[in-house]
Amino acid sequence: MIRENLPALQVVIPLMAAPICILFKNGRAAYGIALAATLFAFGAAISLLTQVLGVGPISYELGGWAAPWGIEYRVDYLSGFVLVLVSGMGVVVQLFSPASIKREIDEEKHYLFHCAFLLCLTGLLGIVITGDAFNVFVFLEISALSSYILISLGKHRRALTSAYQYLIMGTIGSTFILIGIGLLYMMTGTLNMADIAARIGPVATTRTVLAAFAFFTVGVSIKMALFPLHLWLPNAYAYAPSVVTAFLAATATKVAVYVLIRFTFTIFGEHFAFEETPVATLLMPLALIGIVVASSIAIFQKSVKRMLAYSSVAQIGYIVLGVSFVSVTGLTGGIVHLFNHALMKGGLFLAVACVVLRIGSDRIDDFAGLGRRMPVTMFAFVVAGLSMIGVPLTVGFISKWFLIQAAIEKGWWPVAALVLLSSLLAVAYIWRVVEIAYFRKPPEGEDRITEAPVSMLLPMGALILATIFFGLNTEATAGVARQAAEYLMGAVR
Amino acid sequence: MDYFGLYNYWIVIFLMMTGFYIVISRDNLIKKLIGLNIFQTSVFLLFITMGKVKGGTAPIINHHFDTYSNPLPHVLILTAIVVGVATMAVGLSLVVRINEAYHTIEEDDIHLVEEEP
Amino acid sequence: MTSEFALIAAPIIPLAAALLVSLSGKIPNLRDSFSVLAGIILFGTVVSIVPDIMAGGRPAFTVVEVMPGLALGFLVEPLGMLFALVASGLWIVTTIYAIGYMRGHEESNQTRFFASFAVAIFASIGVAFASNLLTLFMFYELLTLSTYPLVTHQRTDEAMRAGRVYLGILFTTSICFLLFAVIWTWVITGTTDFTPGGILAGKAEGATVGVLLALFAFGTGKAALMPFHRWLPAAMVAPTPVSALLHAVAVVKAGVFTIMKIVVYIFGISFLASTGSNQWLIWVASATIVLASLVALTKDNLKARLAYSTVSQLSYIVLGAALANQAGVVGGSMHIAMHAFGKITLFFCAGAIYVAHHKTKVSEMNGIGRQMPITLFAFLIGSLSVIGLPPFGGSWSKWFITMGAYEAEQMIPFAILMVSSLLNVAYLLPIVFRGFFLAPKETSDDGHVGHVSDHDGPSPGIWKIGALREAPLFCVLPICMTAFGCLVLFFYASEMHKMLLPLGAP
Repeated sequence: MIRENLPALQVVIPLMAAPICILFKNGRAAYGIALAATLFAFGAAISLLTQVLGVGPISYELGGWAAPWGIEYRVDYLSGFVLVLVSGMGVVVQLFSPASIKREIDEEKHYLFHCAFLLCLTGLLGIVITGDAFNVFVFLEISALSSYILISLGKHRRALTSAYQYLIMGTIGSTFILIGIGLLYMMTGTLNMADIAARIGPVATTRTVLAAFAFFTVGVSIKMALFPLHLWLPNAYAYAPSVVTAFLAATATKVAVYVLIRFTFTIFGEHFAFEETPVATLLMPLALIGIVVASSIAIFQKSVKRMLAYSSVAQIGYIVLGVSFVSVTGLTGGIVHLFNHALMKGGLFLAVACVVLRIGSDRIDDFAGLGRRMPVTMFAFVVAGLSMIGVPLTVGFISKWFLIQAAIEKGWWPVAALVLLSSLLAVAYIWRVVEIAYFRKPPEGEDRITEAPVSMLLPMGALILATIFFGLNTEATAGVARQAAEYLMGAVR
Repeated sequence: MDYFGLYNYWIVIFLMMTGFYIVISRDNLIKKLIGLNIFQTSVFLLFITMGKVKGGTAPIINHHFDTYSNPLPHVLILTAIVVGVATMAVGLSLVVRINEAYHTIEEDDIHLVEEEP
Repeated sequence: MTSEFALIAAPIIPLAAALLVSLSGKIPNLRDSFSVLAGIILFGTVVSIVPDIMAGGRPAFTVVEVMPGLALGFLVEPLGMLFALVASGLWIVTTIYAIGYMRGHEESNQTRFFASFAVAIFASIGVAFASNLLTLFMFYELLTLSTYPLVTHQRTDEAMRAGRVYLGILFTTSICFLLFAVIWTWVITGTTDFTPGGILAGKAEGATVGVLLALFAFGTGKAALMPFHRWLPAAMVAPTPVSALLHAVAVVKAGVFTIMKIVVYIFGISFLASTGSNQWLIWVASATIVLASLVALTKDNLKARLAYSTVSQLSYIVLGAALANQAGVVGGSMHIAMHAFGKITLFFCAGAIYVAHHKTKVSEMNGIGRQMPITLFAFLIGSLSVIGLPPFGGSWSKWFITMGAYEAEQMIPFAILMVSSLLNVAYLLPIVFRGFFLAPKETSDDGHVGHVSDHDGPSPGIWKIGALREAPLFCVLPICMTAFGCLVLFFYASEMHKMLLPLGAP
């Protein structure tokens, strides 16, 4: 029974666990419940993905109501892949969290943290697994609201203003998506994704559908922080508690890109999206500018979390660049970078979380001498940083390879050149931290700084190991990404 | 095109732009939220307008009528309204906390207090 | 053991050594014995593959398939064999020297030093035995990363700045040019495997070949082709064993090895020669030879002079590759070994002089031969090998490269090779002359010269025999070994030539 209803349980279990966390008002009990729910979600996601890889896309009708009237959950290669990613990151962050939130969030709010975390996870998982357009909006809002709450838990009062700013921009984004969905409904009469795709043919060139696509694209661009609609991200990432930043950086924007890919390829269809409208011509330059500008800004940041936030904006640019190639290689590159970036950025932010635990600050000057004091953490930082640069043996290299290959295949030399040049920018901002950590003398009297506790080192270490493992054995990542790309590009309408 | 018969949509556009403008131009945090709310309301109107079928009655089966308005957008809007309410709740509670922390809810005053690090 | 087994063992040995070294840091003697032992075992393992190669065998091993069609794998062929022999053999010598130097100098962080050394050798073996461009690129980058802690060993601001130049130039060239070229090759040919005769014939033509060659050549920053050579003199800030490693054993040799390998196995020498796209590389290499030698003449700091000499000598090898004929390619490959031995001797001597007498400038070295005769004599031998005079190894490689220039009817490079030998004489022999024949200056800033009394903190382990002030035994021994090697290679060159002959096959 569990196996049959797994797609529903994937979302329902974390959802139900959230209010249970509040029942006990105890941080530790809440942690236990949250961890159990997250582990279940991860197991479910892996089970679903292996099913899909074995038999092909799975379709599940919620409540037994047949599509297109009922809400359908659909797991195909891309959604299975992202499900595993999101739930996996959830597990890692949950394992990591107790020690970190002890430092960064007031004790009496811990159970609220876990509750909001579960809601956020529910929302993200729901977005990925659903096959109904309006359902996407609902889950999008669930995840968004809970992430506003999570961000506002940060100690600094700017966490509140950052959460507020994110709320305003995020709600505008979601509402734009809602408008897009509404206009689509108006023209096709259905909300089921596959059904819309089937019915959109005759009405594809009407102004309404074009407007729908436009609204949708802008809305999702805000959500995924595509340049220049990224303004909420640096503050949100910088002032949220470190584990929250790690989780959001690894999942929220990735899921937004997933929505972009899903709507563009599955619903609107790539013929419409890329040939009738100049979306690719629009996305690619924005992505490229975002990559260069955000990487450059990152070099001058004094706060490491802020620097990594701008770096994230740049990396989202890479993913969108991959999507805008509209080729199997490009799309594979985009999807695989979705996964790889989650690993790298998650690892980096977790390393920063370890540092914040010990020295209470994330300012780059305070990193002086940490190479000696916190060797494991800084080593993890260096490895993840090398992955950002795109050094071989790491996942970052794999993503870059695909993107450059896609650019060369299309003959777009400037694009390939820009991707390569931006790696150099990444060298600049990563190496700043490395130099300060390893070359500067630590300030006097700071001898009590020791390595982070094992409960934090292990999850972080797992992510870093994954960074190298998937850099060598890409069958699970690039292989699935390629299958997903081929499926999306050749999707039957 | 029936410009005047489609007055609903004109109202939608007007509200949408008004709400959006308020969000962008006003510095007071609560006014921004109000603008956001107006913006969201315009979308509700859009959906509901979508649902009305010419000559249709309320979607409850009645043997005297054979055309009904579409009930689905109403359901969607109920959901969206709830979402809107939740967003307002979170937003307003954030404003309360911001007020506690900064003793002001004007955005430019907050910027003055917080110099860019 | 079979060649396959040796091939698998070869990279594992230095990696294991790195681990053991880092763990045994508390017991210096144990730690250092691990290094030396690993070097000897590695050299033995590498040597055991030689008979198979001479017989025409090409042992191979695939580690993992990273992406479909792109695997991490190893394949031994004559050029890689040569590089691996040089790297593993000289690792032993350099380790012994480093032990002496570091202890004589009481350097800090020796564990980190020797561990990074081992990882760098691991990367070098990986480069040597790489079966395709992807594997080569991976280990090439790993080499850059593992030598960074070595270059910045002193952890001073100056070291940090040098590290920036080092990393900056090497990463820029490798990411922007080399990686681009690798992926481009992959897209046009569908493979990155090193194949005798090259893979580009029939797939690329005209300007593409020239551009690709440029990307590959300039992308290999470690080959120090001008204008991407600045990192080499900048890296001089590192301790001398590092310079010896960088400039003779691993880093620069990996660079020119890469260019040679790509010319032979990706382009194919007959294809390259037929397109004529190699002409510009001949010019660039020749220009580098001359310009670097001229700069070397102006340098008073001994290590800087030797650095620019290295830049010049590396372009000999690139020139050999660019000539794209049998003599050039074989000569260039031989020069990898010959130059390695010659240059490492010179650097060892420079380091020994610094350890024993704290002298870095050529102008200060008057009369030093009286106090360090062994060292300076070895310096003479190394110089003669670099200049290219018999009976030292360097003469053979120079001969072949010059023959290659002549056969390709490249008269200006031919002339440049002649001129360059003269320039080598001009910047190397005066040092020997000063050391042996000029009297030491009576006074100097720190009052060291000519006094038998102690200077501040005499370096431990210096031989004091009468008026002699030789470097510690651990330093002098390797110097003698490599100098002797220069001589031995002269006679051994025919074996080397036989092994490398398949490279020149069309």
